[in-house]
Amino acid sequence: MSGVGLDPKTAPTFPMAAKAMLGDTQLRKNVRHATDVIQEKRARVVGEMPDWQELREAGRQIRRHTMEYLDFYLEEFEANCTRAGGVVHWARDAEEARGIVVGLVKASGSDQVIKIKSMTTEEIQLNSALEAAGIHPYETDLAELIIQLGEDRPSHIVVPALHKNRQQIREIFQREMKLPELGERPQDLADAARMFLREKFLRVKTAVSGANFLIAETGGVCVVESEGNGRMCLTLPETLITIAGIDKVLPRFQDLEVMLQLLPRSATGERMNPYNSIWTGVDAASSGDGLRDGPRVFHVVLTDNARTEILADEEGRQTLNCIRCGACQNACPVYRQTGGHAYGSVYAGPIGAILTPQLQEMHHAQSLPYASSLCGACYEVCPVKINIPEVLIHLRNKVVKQNTAGVAGLFDVEAGAMKAMAMIFRSERRFRAAQRLGRVAERPLVRRDGQGEGWIGWLPGLLGGWTQARDLEEMPKETFRDWWERRGRDGN
Amino acid sequence: MRVSLFITCYNDTLFPETGKAVVRVLERLGHMVEFPRGQTCCGQMHYNTGYQAEAMPLLERFVAQFRGAEAVVVPSSSCVAMMRDHYPKMAVASGRAELIAEVDALLPRVFEFSEFLTKRLGLEDVGAYYPHRVTYHASCHGLRNLLLGDGPMRLLKAVRGIDLVELQGLEQCCGFGGTFAVKNADVSSAMLAEKTTAVLNTKAEACTACDNSCLMHLQGALHRQRTGVKTVHLAEILAGEDGVGR
Ligand code: SF4
Repeated sequence: MSGVGLDPKTAPTFPMAAKAMLGDTQLRKNVRHATDVIQEKRARVVGEMPDWQELREAGRQIRRHTMEYLDFYLEEFEANCTRAGGVVHWARDAEEARGIVVGLVKASGSDQVIKIKSMTTEEIQLNSALEAAGIHPYETDLAELIIQLGEDRPSHIVVPALHKNRQQIREIFQREMKLPELGERPQDLADAARMFLREKFLRVKTAVSGANFLIAETGGVCVVESEGNGRMCLTLPETLITIAGIDKVLPRFQDLEVMLQLLPRSATGERMNPYNSIWTGVDAASSGDGLRDGPRVFHVVLTDNARTEILADEEGRQTLNCIRCGACQNACPVYRQTGGHAYGSVYAGPIGAILTPQLQEMHHAQSLPYASSLCGACYEVCPVKINIPEVLIHLRNKVVKQNTAGVAGLFDVEAGAMKAMAMIFRSERRFRAAQRLGRVAERPLVRRDGQGEGWIGWLPGLLGGWTQARDLEEMPKETFRDWWERRGRDGN
Repeated sequence: MRVSLFITCYNDTLFPETGKAVVRVLERLGHMVEFPRGQTCCGQMHYNTGYQAEAMPLLERFVAQFRGAEAVVVPSSSCVAMMRDHYPKMAVASGRAELIAEVDALLPRVFEFSEFLTKRLGLEDVGAYYPHRVTYHASCHGLRNLLLGDGPMRLLKAVRGIDLVELQGLEQCCGFGGTFAVKNADVSSAMLAEKTTAVLNTKAEACTACDNSCLMHLQGALHRQRTGVKTVHLAEILAGEDGVGR
């Protein structure tokens, strides 16, 4: 079932998927616990930084500038990467990217790959393409390994197995690694994963990695991680294939100074990642008889997959500033209730709610822009100040435009109600008439409670969602404006 | 000062007591209160749900009603957030220079009710008396968009007779979010359940806030669960008097 449901083209709408998730109390407990722990750590290490707000502003400006001149920096990256011995490929969409990677793996002569750190490969569903071509991918990031062995789906961009607790992970390892005696201490689980992976690191000759940043100035690629498994994938294999969205580029090496302060603190509440790898092309000595250092063949697949369309949309563009720290997910009260799977995409939470609909054609992801109460917690924590609520509202407008276009639009119930309300508010006379009408219309629904107060416990149609868990008090007999006028007349 | 009220459509229709309380507090403080009668709605529901085109005439209407105001007071943090965050953008999008200028000139004179008291008038004690156990919910728009900070709390602390208890998870959203409560009813209810549990844990008689939309949401669940806990807008607490000397 790996990959199933990840596709926004086939995923159920958010409210439906969320309803199913809300029934999974274990998952909700795990998500709540994990996000609480990360948030608490994040708050602590962010609190240590007197210049955090300035850093955020610097981060935002670097990203915004990059997006403004993206074509220039991508070409600069290509030139410098090529000069250093790398090979750059351009993929217009997911299908092209999959084709290029599968071709490169085949050319490397291996029918297995080790993989590290790549939500982009999840986005383009690379694993199933590799498998279809007879190539076995091994995830080496601990969390992604858990997902792969458990035939599960990632639920968080930084901590993909956040929805699983230790007990569940142990069961997966016992079953898949054939270790019935496996203990339950974190140490036992880490040891089991290490034994399992070490053999792959030493044997498999081809690796596929993601990238946290591409550096235009040097042609270098940067990956940050916590476990060191990534570093094994980046240095041991003979062929390294890095796949990255075109939005991952940074202009200068020095820009890492800002990003490497913002990212680890926001993502996992660490001051710095334990492993920060930056590599630039291939070591010239490694192709001859000299000492080998790193891969002999290095490819970068720069993937567009709708990013230039996002770039062209002035209001949606800031979505591309994202550095995938996941802080918005941890802070989001909606994500914390449902976990990541409800979003039907590898990108969950607030960033998923704005990125997924733009990566896919809108009609595949109509419900995601509404999967937010617009509480603003995501904007508050975002290290590069992406105004997620603003983008959500912009995307809602696109959904509305799509739904109200043409003949079908004439029969859209919500649009009809909204337009009618707007008409009412455009005239005081109509507004007052509607207020009076409301009192009449609600009458059959009002029930008296023990105190003699009138309450509505059931509403029809679109409004029924309200009365699932809440009552509504009957309308007061007198509006404020009626009172104001009466008061003026009575002269008090 | 001459204070113009923007009561908002749902306060006008559903919570007239809040508007009356705002009038009482402001008049008690010696201000002259007026209510421009052509006012209706700020357009928040339309704008946030994606009906931007429908919100535009409501912006124009607001400007027309309040352009001459010395200060506009609004007992709703989310409506003020709508105006501050989106009116300037909407005006720019309209491409009309005079509208842009009018919005820019008017917005600095628009205040959320508690903000008007603490920031514009520099007050904490407005002479209120309210002998009840109360907890305060910081609505998201007040907290993050308007940056009200501890202003409402300071106002509450100065109320005589009040027994103020702090809410756990103060900064967590109650799950209302306008049409979110209807479109994502299940998630909204789950968020609400956390909030009502926190309210019940305080053993307060009433929960207050600067926004009746959050309170309506909370009230709906507190009533459904027959808890007996009431919700009451901050203005209604600040309007409380003990009848002595007045
Ligand atoms: S949107 Fe901001 S907070 Fe969310 S993952 Fe991206 S960078 Fe992090």
